[in-house]
Amino acid sequence: MSEFVRNVRLWFAPQEVREEGRTPDYRFSLANERTFLAWLRTALALIGGGFAVDQFLPDLRWAWRVGLALALLGAGVLCSLRAINHWVRCERAMRRGEDLPTSRFPALLSVVIAVVAVVMVVVVLVGWEG
Amino acid sequence: MSTPAGDRDPGLQPERTRLAWRRTTLSGTVAAVLAAKAALHTGKGVGLTAVAVSSLLWLGFLALAHLRIHALATAAPGHPPRLTARHAAGATLCTIALAVCAVALLF
Repeated sequence: MSEFVRNVRLWFAPQEVREEGRTPDYRFSLANERTFLAWLRTALALIGGGFAVDQFLPDLRWAWRVGLALALLGAGVLCSLRAINHWVRCERAMRRGEDLPTSRFPALLSVVIAVVAVVMVVVVLVGWEG
Repeated sequence: MSTPAGDRDPGLQPERTRLAWRRTTLSGTVAAVLAAKAALHTGKGVGLTAVAVSSLLWLGFLALAHLRIHALATAAPGHPPRLTARHAAGATLCTIALAVCAVALLF
């Protein structure tokens, strides 16, 4: 946990990241930046999905609609936090010449999205009957 | 850097990164438009505030992306400026704030 707190501090203190280790090849830094942006897009898509559930499924019962929307929005927030945290960790690992950090997050996110999709199918089918 | 930058093919890395910022801005635009639609649908004071806030967030993201794209486009070949952590944190905060906006609109 303290590692996470240290990373959060680094988000706002670019000069501290720069002090560590050697400066990596700029191409690796740019690739890391694009990965960060790809995760941010994923987060934005999840947030957009949250808005869409709220807007385009008005026939659903309130609790289901709000629950699904909150799940998508929560996933979006986690995704964007993870985006920047992973970016900082990769940047530091490259500077120190260590292996890039591994992460369970992609697997977790896939499972969550699969569950939300299945729930969505069930809710839409049942919702229209009732 | 261990090798002089001039010896190396600069490749299309800066351009690809610029385009990635553009794509991300587009995704942000879609999310902001959905936010505005949801907010106008509500039609109350909360809705109008949410429209204003999400427009500001979108403008903030646009400005960040523009600064970064400009920096990448005008840099000397082989010396693209690195993304600063503060810049990345700004983009992340805009995204999270949009989600908070969405939660506020749900209730």
